[in-house]
Amino acid sequence: MADVAARPAAPTLPRRPNVVLTFVRQQPLGVIGFAIILMYVAFAVFARQIAPYDPEEIDFAFMLGAPSTEHLFGTDQFGRDVFSRIVYGARTALAVGVLSSIFGCTLGALIGATSGYFGGRVDMIVQRFVDIMLAFPIIVLAMVVVAVLGKWPVFGVDLNLVIAIALPFLPKMARVARSSTLAIAQMPYIDAARAAGYSHTRIVLRHIMPNIMAPYLIMVTAFIAQAILLEASLSFLGLGVTEPTAAWGLMLAGQSADFYREAPWMVLFPGLAITLAVFAFNLFGDSLRDWLDPRMKG
Amino acid sequence: MQMLSFLARRILLAIPTLIGVAVVTFFLIRVVPGDPVVVKLRADGAPITEATIQAERKRLGLDQPLHIQFVDYMTGLARLDLGRSLWTGQSVAEEIAIRFPVSFQVAVMATIIALLIALPLGILSAVYRDTWVDYLVRIVAVSGLAIPSFWLGMLMILALLSLFNWLPKIGYVSIFQDPVANLTALIFPALSVGYRYAAVATRMMRSALLEVLREDYIRTARAKGVYRALVVRRHALRNALLPVVTVVGLEFAFLIGGLVVTEQVFNLNGIGKLFVDATTRGDFTLIQGLVLLIAVIFIVVNIIVDVLYGLLDPRIRLS
Repeated sequence: MADVAARPAAPTLPRRPNVVLTFVRQQPLGVIGFAIILMYVAFAVFARQIAPYDPEEIDFAFMLGAPSTEHLFGTDQFGRDVFSRIVYGARTALAVGVLSSIFGCTLGALIGATSGYFGGRVDMIVQRFVDIMLAFPIIVLAMVVVAVLGKWPVFGVDLNLVIAIALPFLPKMARVARSSTLAIAQMPYIDAARAAGYSHTRIVLRHIMPNIMAPYLIMVTAFIAQAILLEASLSFLGLGVTEPTAAWGLMLAGQSADFYREAPWMVLFPGLAITLAVFAFNLFGDSLRDWLDPRMKG
Repeated sequence: MQMLSFLARRILLAIPTLIGVAVVTFFLIRVVPGDPVVVKLRADGAPITEATIQAERKRLGLDQPLHIQFVDYMTGLARLDLGRSLWTGQSVAEEIAIRFPVSFQVAVMATIIALLIALPLGILSAVYRDTWVDYLVRIVAVSGLAIPSFWLGMLMILALLSLFNWLPKIGYVSIFQDPVANLTALIFPALSVGYRYAAVATRMMRSALLEVLREDYIRTARAKGVYRALVVRRHALRNALLPVVTVVGLEFAFLIGGLVVTEQVFNLNGIGKLFVDATTRGDFTLIQGLVLLIAVIFIVVNIIVDVLYGLLDPRIRLS
């Protein structure tokens, strides 16, 4: 063994660490969050295979059935299988959550980057608008927009609901993107790009946007959690997803106190599904933030 | 004097934002495809004919062209007149004034609960960083962010029903009339919105304190031989409170929004419920009034936070 140690080390460049492996090693909690997210994704994609019953099938013979081997989480007041509705509900939650978060953050990042890049009067006007939008609590803004837009179902997803949930995220992302852009706009490579005669559009899209990817990704995952909560709240109020579509918030809606005692599983399981999903995205989002941007660690 | 000019400037700066909110809301809700008049007539059981619709529109002033309605509304606002509810015909200001005390009290109680939970937990978590205390607090905080407040409310009702077979009386009594009935009715809604609030504040308290504990002056104080507890209390805590105040302030404004859902669960007749009713009925004037109210609360709380900043940290000049 001695001669092995004595042999001079081959002059190799330091190997680039495997991205996935370092994340797994440094952020074990994030991995747990990601695993739960994967479970929900599986629910959403393979709902038909996983769910034992049709989520919309009404069976008055099994009304308010307690959890059993046949109905794992019991049945609701229409005899529908609660577990199947939760599995299908993952589709609604993920579709609305992911779409609205990406939509709101992308638009917000573009607006923020443009505003920060141009500065001056453009910046001032945009920031005033952002101020106005920030003065609305998230749910209030979403409710007004839902009421205004009505429904626009595309492939079973209400796109207007997506827009309503995305809108409150827009000003927050715009703020973050703007402050990152202000620092980037001072960089020599931006001067170089300008000197090379590139158009403003190209500089914003090709030179600034890729450099605000870290805060963008952090915000997207954080907002998915919030979007899922918001969708559940709106559906609970009867303003989001409507019957008979399976959605977690909707499953909790209109539960009068009589049902509470008679069928507590109707209250327990959909709420648990929401909580676990939001928890997973928060956990993953926090780890992603610590990993991508240690300065923002909190 | 400096304080007065600061307040005056902040209030003046708030006016354009409020006008912006009013304008945006006005036009946003008027894009609604549904006609509030039809909804109202249907609910009243009145015949829905072209004639009744026209008469009702005329009565409510909705037959005017949009720009005239807009000028009417804005001149009304300048005289602090929010108009009349399209649904009940009551003055919007009165409708809100009846509902406001409940929501406000729940919000204040939730804030107190949040602070009572967040300050000690956040401090413990930072001081005993990376021990089981810290992990426990962090789990409590992360789950607070994940649990929907309305579901927490439902769980509380469920627990009260199954354990004590008892529920707080529905209906609001003023705290001055019957404090016990008032508090028993409002403590559960306050707890269910307060938990999330506490979670946000705990996380902030922890991270702010951790940051301060890394400062040189903390090490100096410890090196002088000052007890750790005293260092935390005297040196660290004061400096760590600033970001916590910001978060508590911001969340207070959003608490009113969170009440929208929780009031439904507990059947509280506050402004959250009023807002849900207003949006489902398409009651334009009421929606406008409520949105403005929330914006005003948001701005007022922001100003209070800035003033508190100056008081907590004399280095921050009010400017």
